[in-house]
Amino acid sequence: MAYLYYPGCSLTGTARDYDISTRAIMRGLGIELTEITDWTCCGASAADAVDPLLSLSLPARNLALAQQNRNALDIMAPCSACYLNLLKVSRKLSRRPDLRPAIDEVLATEQLKLSGSGPRVRHLLDVMSQDIGAAAIANAVSRPLSDLTIAPYYGCQCLRPYPVFDDPETPTTMTDLIAATGAGVHRWTQAARCCGAANVNIHAVAGITRIASILDDARGADAIATVCPMCQINLEAYQKQAAARLGRDATISIIYLPQLIGLSMDITPEQLGLDLNLSLTAAFQAKISPAKRSDG
Amino acid sequence: MKSSPTSISPLQPDNAFAELRHQLQACMQCGACSGSCPNVFAMDQPPRMLWQRIIRGRQPVLSSHTFALCSACYMCTLRCPRGLPLTEAMATLKQIAAARHQPGARIEHAFHASFLQSIRRHGRVSETGFMTRFFLTAGSPLLPFRFMPLGIRLMRRGRIDWRMPAGAPSKLAAHFDKAAQLTATDTSTGTSKE
Repeated sequence: MAYLYYPGCSLTGTARDYDISTRAIMRGLGIELTEITDWTCCGASAADAVDPLLSLSLPARNLALAQQNRNALDIMAPCSACYLNLLKVSRKLSRRPDLRPAIDEVLATEQLKLSGSGPRVRHLLDVMSQDIGAAAIANAVSRPLSDLTIAPYYGCQCLRPYPVFDDPETPTTMTDLIAATGAGVHRWTQAARCCGAANVNIHAVAGITRIASILDDARGADAIATVCPMCQINLEAYQKQAAARLGRDATISIIYLPQLIGLSMDITPEQLGLDLNLSLTAAFQAKISPAKRSDG
Repeated sequence: MKSSPTSISPLQPDNAFAELRHQLQACMQCGACSGSCPNVFAMDQPPRMLWQRIIRGRQPVLSSHTFALCSACYMCTLRCPRGLPLTEAMATLKQIAAARHQPGARIEHAFHASFLQSIRRHGRVSETGFMTRFFLTAGSPLLPFRFMPLGIRLMRRGRIDWRMPAGAPSKLAAHFDKAAQLTATDTSTGTSKE
């Protein structure tokens, strides 16, 4: 299996650990990732708030670059916001031919051309659950994480508005993947409720309230597994403020799904970027420690 | 203009409103959007009421904080029994507020404009460059202090990179200029010109 890889800006910055762990497990599973040459920002949520044309032309540029790859591979994006932006322009171009001339004209400033709706756009979770599958992951597990209970957190934009690979309200694809690592799965109601995205930066009270509800509902789990850099940083970085809001402790480890899977494949925490994490509790670290690993 | 992207161009604000009203016309005021919204508790008017105001041409719409609080979770869009593009309608309101330099939207606008400026220059967002610019343009001297504790924690973990984005991706100035030119073609106000 091989994919064109679109890391997106976050994965080159504050979410470097998501990039490191994604590449590490893909290497371990024998899956080849080719980074899209010269990729640029997808527009994130900023372009959509300012200019609708830019919110389509920025992701279209990346689809056009991906299309230059001779092997016609699918694009894989680990960031849910990047995934949705790339997918949205692809869907819109196939349904709204009236949008094409303006996008073409913008891409022509760099002699780029996007034919059709571009390569197929896939989220990391889509690739893991549908192409790789829980059985292949279970085969790669050399160190079952049976001491851990994990709350699967999907967030929003890998599920909605386009329900591609999972139920958009009650998603389940992470259940089998987590079970494949040997860990238990925490049952909760917040798995697909929004983390508030950038609200925490601008409307702090609204953002913290959302984060607090999610952390509180994960009580009892050892960690929350995420598949989006925005969800990850929100849940990871504002636990004190959430605790103040809740009036009780909200401390919990927040890790990326590929970090969890990597641990079960006995890839070291450092090779999975876990040393960059802000939220690992002592209890969680003890459960994944090398000492534990050698007897496990 | 002729080859113009009218359908996606925002927008003479009045046209934008007319377009929005047209898009929302089938709203039957069931409230599934308000009931599904994860941020409704912080809004001055629930989404259902905002649609009603737009359809009836009542105020206030742009001075409301409702659309600024939309975190684009798409739950309302998914559940709307009329299949209305409600999350997109929220984005359109953000665009109109930005184009009109709506006073209540100053900080959001500075945030988005700084982000886009960073992409325009470097192709990819430089998190440090973008946040610095945001602090300088938001016009709120205390703002940096809110972000400092997290900045320090991220820095200690080596998650903040002071260098410009790696890989020297294409600069997007021509891309941005062309998009701005096309967007401005049939509008008197245009979108934000950074």
